[in-house]
Amino acid sequence: MFEWIADLVVYQWIGLTKGEHLTEALHFFIYDVMKILFLLTVIIYTVSIIRSFFPPERTKKILSHKREFVGNIVAALLGVVTPFCSCSAVPMFIGLVESGVPLGVTFSFLISSPMVNEVALVMLFGLFGWKIAAIYMATGLTVAVVGGMMIGRAKMEDQVAEYVYQIKLPDTEIESLTWQQRHDYALQYTKDILKKVWIYVIVAIAIGGLIHGYAPEDFLVRYAGPDNLFAVPLAVLIGIPLYSNAAGTIPIVHVLMEKGMAMGTVLAFMMAVTALSVPEMIILKQVLKPKLIGVFVGIMAVTITFVGYLFNAIL
Amino acid sequence: MEIKVLGAGCAKCNQLEGLVKQTLQELGKEAKVEKVTDFPTIMSFGVMATPALVVDGKVKVSGRLPSAAEVKGFLG
Repeated sequence: MFEWIADLVVYQWIGLTKGEHLTEALHFFIYDVMKILFLLTVIIYTVSIIRSFFPPERTKKILSHKREFVGNIVAALLGVVTPFCSCSAVPMFIGLVESGVPLGVTFSFLISSPMVNEVALVMLFGLFGWKIAAIYMATGLTVAVVGGMMIGRAKMEDQVAEYVYQIKLPDTEIESLTWQQRHDYALQYTKDILKKVWIYVIVAIAIGGLIHGYAPEDFLVRYAGPDNLFAVPLAVLIGIPLYSNAAGTIPIVHVLMEKGMAMGTVLAFMMAVTALSVPEMIILKQVLKPKLIGVFVGIMAVTITFVGYLFNAIL
Repeated sequence: MEIKVLGAGCAKCNQLEGLVKQTLQELGKEAKVEKVTDFPTIMSFGVMATPALVVDGKVKVSGRLPSAAEVKGFLG
């Protein structure tokens, strides 16, 4: 269907000749943009419907009985489906800790949530194929589980702001939504996300098309290919102060891969940008003491770097 | 009627506040709309995801922006 629309627009409406370089580039662009926007719409809507069954109150209930390891895995998975924006990170954190969820398990949730989400997965799938999307999801969840467990082992409960432990949440009923409400919620959510990310989709695809074959390809290979041992930690270090949502990193990631940066290095960069950011640290400062923030950043940086090396070695 | 909009300044929270005020006007009702932004108070209602709407001490909705019709139901 997208092929047909792209044909119609390029050959019929604009009237370009088939086979020319520019024509084919434009055709490719229109086809890809439509494909990814369509996928995003369908997937975000579906995930939102699933999300409507996992309000934070339910996540809290599920996690409060869980122990280390199993708890970390469940928390990382719930991070993918529980809806919350960065402005809810603090109440979410307090709510989890208050209901007795171990600190390490809480962190697994907080790590996976911004890093592994449906928008990142759809865009990775649309631009690089299902393999890379699957690798990103698997490693993202692993980083969340391992990072959370390490923080749990560090026994830093005393590094959480005191007032957090004094807050007592009353028991709330879990709102049961009608299908109409779920549909409204999913529709609204899909619109909001599309409004936010459509520009990144277009930029990512346009950049990929434009630079394809232009800048010398061995430029990044020489400096950031698999042979350079410093490429991964450097990518992570550069990624930490940068802040973007997963969708916003995709155009940059596209360029880096196109120009021959090693796969593991690119993944590490994307994870550092989405999971470690200065604005997030500022938000977390309201509930965590500086030492715990430092440990969090340190553990994440090391784990992400390790993932980068691992994939550079095996891919 | 005592209305509280809970949320630490996210876009949805402001939208909800606007929607509540507009609905009150449509219903011809007078009520004080209070914006609650500090976390301890937000959480004392058991709310973990904002925006949330509290009417007369009861949480009506949390973690999503309700539709205009829903808000009308809460306030009517």
